[in-house]
Amino acid sequence: MAIQNSFKNPPLSAKIGMVTLSVFIFFAIFAPVIAPYGEAESIGKTWASPSSEFLLGTDNIGRDMLSRIMFGARMTLGVATACTLLSFLIGITMGLLAAVAGKILDQILSRFVDLMLSIPILVFALMILSMFGSSLFTLIITIGVLDSFRVFRLARSVAVNIVVTEFVEVARLRGEGLWWIMTREVLPNALPPMIAEFGLRFCFNFLFVAGLSFLGLGIQPPFADWGGMVRENGRAIAFGIPAPLWPAIAIGLTTISVNMIVDWILSLNARPSGASAEM
Amino acid sequence: MFRLIITRVFLGFATLFAVTLLIFAATEILPGDVASAVLGQGATPDTLAAFRIELGLDRPAYVRYLEWLTNALQGDLGVAMTNKREVLDTITPRLYNTLFLAGYAAAIAVPIAIILGITAAINEGKWIDRAANIVTLGAISVPEFFIAYILILVFATNLGWFPSLSTVYSDMGFWQKIHVVALPALTLTMLVMAHMLRMTRASVLAIMSQPYIEMAFLKGLPRKRVILHHALPNAAAPIISVVALNLAYLIVGVVVIEVVFVYPGVGQYMVDGVSKRDLPVIQACALVFGSAFVLLNTIADILAILLNPRLRHPR
Repeated sequence: MAIQNSFKNPPLSAKIGMVTLSVFIFFAIFAPVIAPYGEAESIGKTWASPSSEFLLGTDNIGRDMLSRIMFGARMTLGVATACTLLSFLIGITMGLLAAVAGKILDQILSRFVDLMLSIPILVFALMILSMFGSSLFTLIITIGVLDSFRVFRLARSVAVNIVVTEFVEVARLRGEGLWWIMTREVLPNALPPMIAEFGLRFCFNFLFVAGLSFLGLGIQPPFADWGGMVRENGRAIAFGIPAPLWPAIAIGLTTISVNMIVDWILSLNARPSGASAEM
Repeated sequence: MFRLIITRVFLGFATLFAVTLLIFAATEILPGDVASAVLGQGATPDTLAAFRIELGLDRPAYVRYLEWLTNALQGDLGVAMTNKREVLDTITPRLYNTLFLAGYAAAIAVPIAIILGITAAINEGKWIDRAANIVTLGAISVPEFFIAYILILVFATNLGWFPSLSTVYSDMGFWQKIHVVALPALTLTMLVMAHMLRMTRASVLAIMSQPYIEMAFLKGLPRKRVILHHALPNAAAPIISVVALNLAYLIVGVVVIEVVFVYPGVGQYMVDGVSKRDLPVIQACALVFGSAFVLLNTIADILAILLNPRLRHPR
């Protein structure tokens, strides 16, 4: 199964995923240029149906839905990417440190992470956001830090198997420092499995940010973001108007695309044992 | 085995204790205390100080923690800041509602997920496995509110079978409740079933690759017999822990769904509390969710110990 999918020839599902994702990234970058209307521009009736003028109709205060989705791509994708990058930065650093720096630190870090994972992440995030209010900055820091515990677990479990190999031992005997061993010996070998994990964590964070925004506790107006757009237009569904479905479809398409790309990457290099992507 | 279980129960209590510490730390010790969070930026130093004394924030953190913990253990969860009502009085009926919704969803999701998961694993690579894979991947990839809105659009707006808002009263009859809560329960079912099905399939497949299964095949047993007599008895333990784990997920998964359907449960109460910065409410809800999560995880582990044939006899 893995052999026919060579690196140069991704399967159809991965190609579809890449195209869809590229479209959304294109929206995110060039939103001001290609969007037919402005982000906060109220130009039509409330919940006008799709027409040649407004391709996806208008939202609850008469803004063009398509333009809002293009602008929303910036915030939604941007925040999720920032969270995932932060979580990988912290998680990998701590995970490798735990694996390389010896038993005591490993125990302290691992037990601490076990403890932090004993509360559901949504409940934890809600508590912290209620105290700090949800500015963009606190949102990214909160989700990034909370997610880093899961990255820590995977990074540590991968690194533990690398630390016992001969070349790490040689490096230790050569007298290399902790930082050198972490970055030059362990990190390059730990990265391949982490790449697929990056996609999965991105999906998780992406859905998480969208969920928080949907609850009104994530990205705040006036910025357009997909989760918040579903919230604003939620009532339309009772009248049979599909307005909240458009941003929700955008969210779903993004996660499915990333998942399809991740599946292809996973088939290229097998996942390490003991790593779980669930929840 | 008995010792293992005792240890696990003890560990569960220790975790619960740590969870209370964590909840308290997250809400009270982090910089920028409750008083300034509630009063906002317009507060003068005088009103801030007065409010701090009113809330008892002038005392050291550990005193407040012990007081909060002993009160919570005695069933006193404090008074909500916004409406001055006892949190316990509000949260009890809501907890009942949340458990009703979760139980409803679990009653549908668990049997279907296990049967389909095993079927998919047995027919690995065939059309039923592929179909299950695509559908469940779809269900876990889209946000829960997307599934909820699709269900509302089809079953409430177009077909008119169920109401789109699940308002329940305490004096509502059981079957009436079942009818009103159908859509949120169905949404939760879709979500949890997808996770549970995938995990069940994975744990059965993990057992199918064991040497003794290969041996059973090699000695010429028919596929059906190998699965029913050799694989499934060993798959019971992982499947049951999968179920318990997913029930823990279900407890948290209710938050967004309760908000979509305006269902009066603990999740909605917590989101309300967060947007109003009502600290006792947030702490109480976090405590409820945290305890449920720890409890179900502990049960999952204990069941796994009980069902592991290798631990059944003392060495």
